[in-house]
Amino acid sequence: MTDQPTNTTGEATVHDIVIVGSGPAGYTAAVYAARAGLAPVVIAGSVTAGGALMNTTEVENFPGFPAGIQGPDLMEAMREQAEKFGARVLWDDAEQVELTGDVKTVVTGGGETFKARAVILATGSAYRELGLPEEKQLSGRGVSWCATCDGFFFRDQHIAVVGGGDSAMEEATFLTRFASKVTIVHRRDSLRASKIMADRAQADPKIEFAWNSEVAGISGQDKVTGLTLRDTVTGEERELDTTGLFVAIGHDPRTDLVKGQIDLDDEGYILVEGRSTRTNLPGVFACGDAVDHTYRQAITAAGSGCAAALDAQSYLTEVADAEGEQSLAGTPAVPNPDGLPAALAG
Amino acid sequence: MATVAVTDDTFKSEVLESDVPVLVDFWATWCGPCRMVAPILEELSDEYEGKIKIVKLDTDANQATTMAYGITSIPTLNVYSGGELVKSVIGARPKRALQEEIDAVLTPSA
Repeated sequence: MTDQPTNTTGEATVHDIVIVGSGPAGYTAAVYAARAGLAPVVIAGSVTAGGALMNTTEVENFPGFPAGIQGPDLMEAMREQAEKFGARVLWDDAEQVELTGDVKTVVTGGGETFKARAVILATGSAYRELGLPEEKQLSGRGVSWCATCDGFFFRDQHIAVVGGGDSAMEEATFLTRFASKVTIVHRRDSLRASKIMADRAQADPKIEFAWNSEVAGISGQDKVTGLTLRDTVTGEERELDTTGLFVAIGHDPRTDLVKGQIDLDDEGYILVEGRSTRTNLPGVFACGDAVDHTYRQAITAAGSGCAAALDAQSYLTEVADAEGEQSLAGTPAVPNPDGLPAALAG
Repeated sequence: MATVAVTDDTFKSEVLESDVPVLVDFWATWCGPCRMVAPILEELSDEYEGKIKIVKLDTDANQATTMAYGITSIPTLNVYSGGELVKSVIGARPKRALQEEIDAVLTPSA
């Protein structure tokens, strides 16, 4: 590794586990690892801490909360739970990793270096963009990826939501609180969303659907003034008079950090072995949306975070056993407490 | 110095008539990314004390100012110098990125 910033703390310490990411997967891994006495360090992210749920309002399907819970509140509770058992949560970004070898290195944006025997990757996913040239320029000027943040500023206006999945339905339904009308723009003629979400949107008198339609262009200089929609069947174009465009067309895994070091699939998701969280590198585990093509729920992410912590724990035990055997070569095979992770020694 | 709250009533005196540049955090209680950027702004407020003033404006309670500056996405971090809007950063950013943005305002380009 070159140009490694000199760190102020942690250089000498080799931690048992460093967790990169702090959504439901990262924090659940932290809860399990911390309860196992492994004192995990969580690189939570400087502005992404808490993960995707930080941009949601009511979470209705996380078991244990019959009245629902606000996404940010759920994430704060998970963090608190992890910290209670001894996890150290750091509000910084992992910017550089070295994942091969027995001791792995994670360097943060703030210049701290953390060494660990095991690393859990829970980097999650990022909003997918439409890929239109006007999109960036008008981002925050009518184009938004966060209905809960920005919906308020479109009071009594006509808003378009692009997408056909649960997030699109949730955003559209939420936006009816403010908007005079919400048009859901969807490429197909049927929705991918779950029945309850789709029914709710379709029953809403403020929501209209533009079926078989994609956004071909966004108009406006300093502010969105309208959209050009293209019919995906006939190719015909038409204008949609709207001041807000909320994009909810899915997510892509955030795996640039580990690209080239860890095996990824064609779409950039981290590859894991079977039903485990083991990556191709020993001591490196992956969980949450960075791995999951299919389910992408808070609860499945949490479940895989738990699995990652348990996989990491058993890896650390194996490593400790192997080290113990080596150092005790020629002597009777008694466990060597010094070679064990802190949790297992006590 | 901790950040202070400004309102529609105090925006002119606290921001537009300030002797030093002012960074205004347009935020709201319901905004997750605003929660993430808030502690960063507190740190920056201490580090840049005397050079730039950092204040917070609750967009929900102060809609006149919010509308006047055409805010449609939060957090929006606007920097005002001599009563003029000189920079607008939309969305939460890491601390170093914000430091660079502030430094760019404080160091007039040659």
